[in-house]
Amino acid sequence: MALDPAYLEYPRRREGYDHDLYPWSSIFARKPVAWPDGKSVAVWLCVSLEWFPMTPSDTPFRAPGHMQTSYPDYRHYTAREYGTRVGFYRLLDAFRKVGVKASIAANGAIADRYPQVIADIVADGHEIIAHSTDMNGTIGSTLPEDDERALIAQSLASIEAVSGKRPAGWLSIARSESWNTPRLLKEAGMRYACDWANDELPWRFANGLVNLPLNHELSDRQIITVQQQSADSYAQQMIDAFDWLAKEAGSHGGRILPLHITPYIMALPYRIGAFEGLLKTLAARPQTWFATGEEIVNSWEGQQ
Amino acid sequence: MNEAQKADPGLYDFAPYRDRSKIVWPGDKKVAIWVAPNLEYYEIDPPTNPHRKSWTKPHPDVAGYAHRDHSNRVSHWRMADAMSKYGFPGSVSLSVALCQHHPEVVKDANERGWEFFSHGIYNTRYTYGMDEAQERAIIEDSIRTVRDATGQTIRGWLAPALTHTPRTLDLIAEYGLDYTCDLYHDDQPQPVKVQSGKLISIPYSLEVNDHYGFFVYNMSPREYADTLLRQYERLAEEGEMSGTVMCIPLHAYLIGQPHRIGPFAEVLRHIAEDGRAWIARAGEIADHYYEHHYAEAVHGA
Repeated sequence: MALDPAYLEYPRRREGYDHDLYPWSSIFARKPVAWPDGKSVAVWLCVSLEWFPMTPSDTPFRAPGHMQTSYPDYRHYTAREYGTRVGFYRLLDAFRKVGVKASIAANGAIADRYPQVIADIVADGHEIIAHSTDMNGTIGSTLPEDDERALIAQSLASIEAVSGKRPAGWLSIARSESWNTPRLLKEAGMRYACDWANDELPWRFANGLVNLPLNHELSDRQIITVQQQSADSYAQQMIDAFDWLAKEAGSHGGRILPLHITPYIMALPYRIGAFEGLLKTLAARPQTWFATGEEIVNSWEGQQ
Repeated sequence: MNEAQKADPGLYDFAPYRDRSKIVWPGDKKVAIWVAPNLEYYEIDPPTNPHRKSWTKPHPDVAGYAHRDHSNRVSHWRMADAMSKYGFPGSVSLSVALCQHHPEVVKDANERGWEFFSHGIYNTRYTYGMDEAQERAIIEDSIRTVRDATGQTIRGWLAPALTHTPRTLDLIAEYGLDYTCDLYHDDQPQPVKVQSGKLISIPYSLEVNDHYGFFVYNMSPREYADTLLRQYERLAEEGEMSGTVMCIPLHAYLIGQPHRIGPFAEVLRHIAEDGRAWIARAGEIADHYYEHHYAEAVHGA
């Protein structure tokens, strides 16, 4: 018994990556970045705002947080809706309390179904990032290119129709892309996407699209839902991360702490207090620059 | 191999922990401690091995690939600086194709005085299903690639993604490698039975591997740091009587995340200051064991 001889051939074993999507560089070898007003750590609040149809389509895969029981899954449908009706407003209030602007990664369906939520986001001055159509709008290489192009266009159209502004940024569900996604996002006029968590500063795809890494390891979904840790532990971990980044920034230039928040996870009554405490602690740190994704990309681009 | 041989391939003799002759590490240290960073390359679009799937999603698996890419753009240097600061050299489990893809990472490790052993060509190419000629090819490729890139001759093996064949250990011994990291039966080095040459197992660890800590046991960064300290404390205490080995196997994309590196650096500081640890490379531990204990373990006192 042997493997196909091709299994021991390595046609892309070469300097650089085994793909041509973006070039390699080390964060420690780049020109240091400086954030506005002498701040050294950009704290980027990114909230995913999602609508899960009670009928998961699984094309090409089922989104994290989607329905789990036989139809009708009232349990998960309504628990996710709780995040949008109640939890999200707790988050908006928490942001107001410390006077910070966030990026809201919203499904197009949020704009279609709940225009009031979009109006409230816009009124508070937050950024809206396009986050697919609804939670059946997952992307992967088995999704036909025309379908993916249509999905991106529909997501952008829904948000622009209600908010009056075409989003500059894109976040895919579960950060999942096809081979075509960076090209289709560029074609759709997007300035940046957030799916590749391989770095801690923005970088450019070969086609010019900017990637602003939204670290999934620091998300409430990963720490609280997947790893089953408490909200207090989450807050401690974010402060530990901040303090390390602030120290590193002293010798290597500006850093980013991305906080990826989900209303139906973090904004529950028994967790929101820990999150509010975290915001207060971060706001008191002299190195903190609370910034939206677009503000970070603007500042970074201006220094390239 | 018949069924009885398959059920117990005779990797080593049974040797209970009690009443062994004591290992005394250099400087009369109680526990030999080595840090094993896995410097890996995962391909974005690897061919399929019929015995094991690589990515869980159709390629590209952006979340999985990008997570591992974080090692080679950000977290390698973060992890390595913390190690260097407290005097811990690495013994690197290397996807040897990293020498081609990101020579900067391999060069950095080499300049810090780290030792390299092979972890296969890529962590997305598995040994399952290989015939002997194919397995020889990846061993020879490993030896040649690391020698060309670093000037070092590899002395150990950790199978790529922990995929072996029943002939792996015989083959690496035949090629003159000194140690395997694939056997988890002991807290001390142990002789491994091979057809030709000599081989020992060096305690690596799955249990305190950062991957297990964060993704099997779902620990917070501070819980993982506490786990390492408890592991160290116990092995240092027992090492007074037995002479133990503690390995800290790492992946930069896990331990080098900003919320984890601080608590981990504190662990290194504590162990470095404690005084009971012989901070060593895997090859130094192997040398000491071969010189002072191997013959007795194989032939009796």
